[in-house]
Amino acid sequence: MANVNIKINGMAVSAPEGSTILEAAKIAGIDIPTLCFLKDINEIGACRMCVVEVKGARSLVAACVYPINEGMEVFTNTPKVLDSRKKTLQLILSTHDRKCLSCVRSGNCELQKLCRDLKVDDEHLYDGERIEYEIDNSAAHMYRDNNKCVLCRRCSAVCDKIQGVGVIGANERGFKTNLSSAFEMGLGETSCVSCGQCIAVCPTGAISEKDNTNEVFAAIADPEKVVLVQTAPAVRAGLGEAFGYPIGTNVEGKMVAALRRLGFDKVFDTNFSADLTIMEEATEFLDRFSNGGVLPLITSCSPGWVKYCEHYFPDMTENLSSCKSPQQMFGAIAKSYYAEKMGIDPKSIVMVSIMPCTAKKFEIGRDDEGRDGMADVDIALTVRELSRMIERAGLNFSALPDEEFDDPLGIYTGAGVIFGATGGVMEAALRTAVYKLTGDEAGPVDFTEVRGVEGIKEATYNVNGTEVKVAVASGLKNAKELLTKVKNGEANYHFIEIMGCPGGCVNGGGQPQVHASIRNFTDIRAIRAKALYDIDAASKLRKSHENPAIKELYETYLGEPGSHKAHELLHTTYVKRGLYN
Amino acid sequence: MSSKNTVPFAGTKAQEEQLLQVISENKEERGALMPILQHAQEIYGYLPIEVQTIIARELDIPLEKVYGVVTFYSQFSLFPKGKYKISVCLGTACYVKGSGDIFNKLSETLAIDSGECTADGKFSLDACRCIGACGLAPVLTVNDDVYGRLTVDDVDGILEKYV
Repeated sequence: MANVNIKINGMAVSAPEGSTILEAAKIAGIDIPTLCFLKDINEIGACRMCVVEVKGARSLVAACVYPINEGMEVFTNTPKVLDSRKKTLQLILSTHDRKCLSCVRSGNCELQKLCRDLKVDDEHLYDGERIEYEIDNSAAHMYRDNNKCVLCRRCSAVCDKIQGVGVIGANERGFKTNLSSAFEMGLGETSCVSCGQCIAVCPTGAISEKDNTNEVFAAIADPEKVVLVQTAPAVRAGLGEAFGYPIGTNVEGKMVAALRRLGFDKVFDTNFSADLTIMEEATEFLDRFSNGGVLPLITSCSPGWVKYCEHYFPDMTENLSSCKSPQQMFGAIAKSYYAEKMGIDPKSIVMVSIMPCTAKKFEIGRDDEGRDGMADVDIALTVRELSRMIERAGLNFSALPDEEFDDPLGIYTGAGVIFGATGGVMEAALRTAVYKLTGDEAGPVDFTEVRGVEGIKEATYNVNGTEVKVAVASGLKNAKELLTKVKNGEANYHFIEIMGCPGGCVNGGGQPQVHASIRNFTDIRAIRAKALYDIDAASKLRKSHENPAIKELYETYLGEPGSHKAHELLHTTYVKRGLYN
Repeated sequence: MSSKNTVPFAGTKAQEEQLLQVISENKEERGALMPILQHAQEIYGYLPIEVQTIIARELDIPLEKVYGVVTFYSQFSLFPKGKYKISVCLGTACYVKGSGDIFNKLSETLAIDSGECTADGKFSLDACRCIGACGLAPVLTVNDDVYGRLTVDDVDGILEKYV
């Protein structure tokens, strides 16, 4: 593509044709502030934060959507520009609930940063009438506080365009404009799938997960309780960002050390139960494949995807694997096998999970996810909540030593850790399924066709002369596209992996928020995923069935994969919800 | 769902068939939602959740998207009109003569907000802009009856005529 030559603040800049002023300025090392803009998701030029002067233009223009042309002269920092941005911010503040000190986003708020950068020295300048909104607490996983909403519409754009869910949007007009659901339903009454992508993109504290950290501190302080913690694969690839590490830094060792110092009795790894999931799911797949069961089999690790399936494709819940997610399998094993082995009363166990996910908070309360009146998992925290616990406990994260998980539920293979990236579950399942079909210990490990951040991937593998057709989708709009083709008979697969969030759990709704100024120019999905694939590549054991702790679990407790006991503990059921239920 | 007063939905099979017909005629057009909503309001008189749900389902778009458009344009109503449709002029002349207080008194007495209808279907309340009777400000209308030079104390007497 040809380059276009322009001048920004008098400096010559050459940028590809079709670039916006915002993109050209980035090349010149100038970060033009933005608020509503999210690349490819919310390009509406509405908030006017990114205004710049263009020589010859009648008025200031929005750099985020204004294309460059040959010879254009742009000024990004004139008094007129800076004054306009500051006024815009002050007008936004006039209806903003400025309780920054107690706000969950304090210190990490995009609006706060803009106010500081643009030297807003009087936040009361345009104080006037404000509508006071009730906080929507109806959903299991999150709350919405419209008093802190700046109407950027990033949440509704990601919900509709990326997830194909569209349960929040702008209602009413003018001064009364507000982000809410149809007929002012609480989010919990809608077909919201709990993915939390709206939280991930919200610039302020208007949307956040429900904070369960106090319950965890209380459980740890209770001498009667045995408090176990499990950490999902993608957590180690995201947590470091909350402590200033570059995106995609693997902080597994420090994370374990921090959890131990927070006072958890045992620090375990969901990677272990990811390996366990593969044992059950590969067995389920081979059974359905060989015995005429319902195909395609679709993975069930992602509770956002599962809820989406129940709402939007209720006639396909039979295709969902009956396997519980790794989080739930972990809890079930901790409160049965582990408790028996250690002589602990399972009722005294508080099972805490650290998840890159908000839908996990919904999942722990589902029916058929526990037994004897005990939930498999008691408290699910996001990565952000864990980072806040670490801060509250005064742990100097970067100074912590690297420590290892406890045995035996902390042992994992490379197959378990890649669950956190789109395609990872499929690859892990293929490693074990191919071994089971061929009996070849030296069979393939790398199934690179299913890796990468593309929304939909397909591959066909020839195993012992039989064709196995697989597909992988992440992001629910992509899932919809794929499943619609399957339903209409336009595509045919044996096995499908679907992850609710684009890129999989590495980009989950529970990961640390990354400011739009970085998101717009960085593919955080790919960088975080690389951390997981690096761990896999360096692992000695890379197939779930080689995990010695898993072998022992089956030999001494569960019997065979798919056994009666395994079904009792590790499998679940689904509901057909339909829309608006 | 909001706790706003409304009368129970009483759509008929014939109305639904008419709506489905309108949707199938328009759905391939770009920007089909607006004309469909306009026709739907002609068919039902208003756009309750039952009607918006049909439109969302048939167009394969989120219900919220339909609701967002309905609440953006003042021409669309979420509530049916009452047997007696009260409009209070909040245009400049009436407003400075105190029509805001008259509106609030009606809203309080009937326990409904602007755009809503009492549960018995009798009265609906709307705020309108100038009806061209500024000389009589403040003005309200009940169906085709015009009442002018009002004070808050006149409200109860006007309502009594229609009970």
